[in-house]
This record gives sequence, structure tokens and C-alpha cells, in this order.
Amino acid sequence: MWLYLVRRIVLAMVTLALAVALLHVMIRAVPGDPAAIILGPRATAEQRDKLRERMGLDQPFYVQLGIYFVDLAHGDMGVDVMTGRPVSRIVFEQLPYTLVLILTAIAWAAVLGIPLGCYSAIRRNTLADRVSGILSVSVIAIPAFVMSLYSLLLFAVTLKWLPATGAGDGFFNRHLLLPAFAVGVSWVGYLARVVRASMLEVLGETHIRMNRAFGLPEARIVFRYALPLAILPTVTLLGVGMAYLLSGAVFAEIVFARPGIGTLIVNAVGNRNYPIVMGCVVVTTGLFVIATALADVVNALLDPRARESL
Amino acid sequence: MSTREHTQSAQRPPREAGAVLQYWRRLRRDPLGLTGLVLVLVMVGTAVFATWLVPYDPNQILVGPKLSAPSWAHWMGTDQLGRDVFSRVIMGGRIAFEVALASLGGALSVGLLLGLVAGFGPRWLDNGLLLLFDAVRAFPVIIFALAVVTLLGPSLYTVILVVAVTAIPIYARIVRTQTLAIRSNEFILAERSMGAGTPRILAIHILPNVIGPLLILASMDVPLVITLEAGLSFLGMGVRPPTPSWGTVLNDGYNFIRNSPWPVFFGGLPIVVSTLGFTFLGEALRDIFDPKLRRDL
Repeated sequence: MWLYLVRRIVLAMVTLALAVALLHVMIRAVPGDPAAIILGPRATAEQRDKLRERMGLDQPFYVQLGIYFVDLAHGDMGVDVMTGRPVSRIVFEQLPYTLVLILTAIAWAAVLGIPLGCYSAIRRNTLADRVSGILSVSVIAIPAFVMSLYSLLLFAVTLKWLPATGAGDGFFNRHLLLPAFAVGVSWVGYLARVVRASMLEVLGETHIRMNRAFGLPEARIVFRYALPLAILPTVTLLGVGMAYLLSGAVFAEIVFARPGIGTLIVNAVGNRNYPIVMGCVVVTTGLFVIATALADVVNALLDPRARESL
Repeated sequence: MSTREHTQSAQRPPREAGAVLQYWRRLRRDPLGLTGLVLVLVMVGTAVFATWLVPYDPNQILVGPKLSAPSWAHWMGTDQLGRDVFSRVIMGGRIAFEVALASLGGALSVGLLLGLVAGFGPRWLDNGLLLLFDAVRAFPVIIFALAVVTLLGPSLYTVILVVAVTAIPIYARIVRTQTLAIRSNEFILAERSMGAGTPRILAIHILPNVIGPLLILASMDVPLVITLEAGLSFLGMGVRPPTPSWGTVLNDGYNFIRNSPWPVFFGGLPIVVSTLGFTFLGEALRDIFDPKLRRDL
């Protein structure tokens, strides 16, 4: 297990480092001078030179990359071009809003989706199972940003039940309800489908048949013996799903005018605020890599067979 | 001699229906798949014949009152500049499918090439390519898209490029796995011992085996591309206004959502209809052709 843990962490760090390096290659590959792009067409040559020096653009590529990694290891992601504040502070100020949104969304989706999947598996091929299956595919297919717009239109603008914009005071309040609904609703479908499929698989295994032969009540078989096994694939799904949740959150934040990483990066892209965009990309990519690694580790803890695959 | 011929012709099975016809018969029994097929045909059809279907010039302002509700003259109402939303939605479909076709086509060809190279080339190249694929896949797609927009500026081509670049690793990985599996078969060895070169083996034996699953996966990715194009255009980072796209219609509607709910409603509708259609159809096709392709996400 320890060996697996070490290997998985090293793999995650290598992936992240490669991704950051790739980002730098992309910036280099784009024709034109980043300093000129940031400062706009009205900047003087002197201003450009100064900024280029400050950003380390006058150094060779590998030196730039090395400096960036060393700074990153110290938690330094440069300073914001507009305000001069450290990028890391700006990004980590906004991150909690996005994380709260993502976690709330996935939590309510799990509370609804996992039991729904179990129910469909136990009552397979009934009308309820079919309806739940069709609904699951449908909510998976509808993109989170259309879901955000439609729930804004219905619940906030037309019915006026819930606030349309902002985040309110604190993190958990009425402002969170609509965005969390819009981001999470696809996940009810994903989770229900995955749990249904793996539950069906588990229920067909011999140890479950033995439980039945012993005359255990069906409820005990399902919840005590089948569910812990059937729930395993959702762990991996959640890790990979971090990217989907994040993209849902970006749009939900824009639509509901909430603070968060999505709003931050979209505004920064609009202003061509390179350091902020870079900071957001690195932090979210890091988050994604960590989530996938964490899911693998949890999976390996629960299922010894998975430890051998790395 | 004559008796043998006779028995042979008697035992000949009834002529089998063509493969396409067989698939069609199986699809016909799947109501969800059939619904998907109809929705896809309607959406693709309107996109192809868009220029003949639009009742008004989609960019002409003040063809009707501003922000009006749906009526006989304007089926989906009008937006804040008095443009006909129905015409804009129809023309927006053309943009959506153009992006899907160009980006997935590009991703398929490059992914196929890189996958074959990784699967059939030397070990170091394989490892290098796998690392590169993992690095690209490490970015959340929308964040990657926003980063590329910062670098290249917002345009239709940026959207196409982003979709292609993020999809290439997925396709390449599948091609690589299939190539590796086929490559170790004995008939490839036999072919080699008869003097066939690598290009011949790739073209005649490997390619036909990997292209089918790849096409199904690509068709299932169409909803993702449509969503990404609409999403980026909604954020003002895709198609530039006034070009009509489902995303720009939504963006215009969003800015005036308190004045009229209709542009947002009708801007989102084609996205919902086409993603549902492609998902239903894709799942049905996958079950018919290759159940092993089942992906949970």
C-alpha cells in the first residue's frame, strides 16, 4: 500500500509538472510578445521592456520554466498586472466559493443518485427502472450551463423564489441553492447509472447467492453486503468527474454572478490578465490532478486488487 | 457429381439482409435510439438547409418589435435589437455543426495517426506520446479553453483548435490500445514473414479494425463539442457577435433576461434537443455495434 501511495503521488506530481511545462510551451509558441499583449497597443517600448524583465521573458525558455517551478514550490505565482497583489492570494480568496459550490452539488447528487441507482438495480426492468434510466440519460445530456440558465429563468426570474445573483453572506445560504442544483443535477444521473450497473454486477456474484441461501433478509443483503462493493466505482468516477464539476461551476458562477474561480478566470481572460489566468489554470489543474490521485488512493485502500495496477 | 451440386444448393442459407438493414432493424426496436435519430436528423437537416429555412436575415435588426414574445411573424420572438430569434437559432445550428465536424474530423485524423505511431513505433516514442497525452488530459477542458483564448484571442478557429487538441489524446489512446492488441496476433506475424511492410500492415489490417469504434466514440462526443462551442460563445470567448450562434443568442438573452424570458428559453432549446438526440442515438448505436465500448462518463 505504501509503495502504491508513493508511486501515485510521484505520478501526480509528474503529470502536473508536465502540464505546467506544456502551458509554458504554448505561451512561447504563440506569435507575438506577451508583454505587448498584456500592456495593449498604446504601451511604450520602455514599459514593455520593463514588464518583460519583471516577468523573466528576457531569459531563455528553460530558465523561465525553472524559475517558475521554484517560485511555484514557494507558493509564489507572480503578481497581478492590474492591482499588483500576489496572484496566489487572489486565487485562494476565490477558491473556497468554487469548492463549496462543487461539494454541495456533488453531495446532494450523491444523496439522491446512489439510492436511485440501488432501487433501479433491485427493481430492474420495471417501469420505475426504465423511467429512472431515461431521466438519467437526459440529465446527463443537458449541459450544466443551459441548466443554470434555465433554473435562473424559472426559479429566480419567473417564480422569484430564490435570489438570482451574488453569494450572500457566508457560504451556506439561499444563494447557493440554485447554482448547486444546476451543477449537481447531471450527477444524479451519472451516479444512478454507475451504481445501478455495478449493483447488478455485485448482486449476481456467488457470495450474494450464499447470503440468500442462508435466508438473510433482502434489505440486509443489499445494504450490508452488496452496497459497499457496488459503491466502489463511484469513487473513481468522482475523481475524474472533478473536471466536469469544475466546468459546470465556472458557468454557474458566471450565470448567477457568484464569486469564485470561474468568475475570476473569465474576467481575467477578458482583460488579458496573464498572471491571473495562469494562476487559475495551475490551481484548477492541480486540483484536478489531486482529485484523480485521491480517488485512486481511496480506491486502492478499499480494493486491494487496484493496488497492483500501477 | 450432379447430386453433390444439388445438395449444396439445397443447403444454401436464405440470402442474408445487408448489414445496414440489420442494424436498422435493431435500431427500430429501440424507441430511445429512434427518438435520438429523429432529433439528430431534424437538427442536422435544419443546419444543412439553414439558408433556405430562415424567414429573415438573422443579423437584420428591427425586423420586428424589440424583445417581443413568440408570434406568428416571429416564432421564437425577437431579441433586444429586434432581430428574429428563430432565424438566429437556425443559423446558429450551422455554426455548431461546422465546429463539431471540423474539430472532431481533425481530432480523429491526428488521433488516429498518433495512436498508430504510438502503438506500432519504437518504445521510447510510445512512452513520450503517452506522457504528452497525460499532460494535455490533466487540464480541465473549459479551463484549458479559456487559457488558449487568452493566448490566441476569441474566434471560431480557437474553439475548433481547443476541441481538437483536447480530443486527440482520447482517440489516440484508444487507437494505441487496439493497435497493440492486434499487433501481437499471429496473422500479423504471418503477414510479416511473407514480406509485408509496416505501411501495408497498418493500412490493411490495423486501420479497418480501429476505425469503427473510433467513429462511434466521435459521434458520442458531438454533444460535448456543441456544449463547449455554445458555452464559450456564451462567455463571449467563442464566435464573435453579431454572428449568430446558440451561445451568442443565449448571451444576448441573458443580458435582457428580466425584460423577456424568450431568447434564453429558445437559445437553450436547440442545445438541449441536439445533445439529447446525439446521446440517445449514440448509446443505441454503441449497444448495437460494440457493447464493450460502454463508457461510464
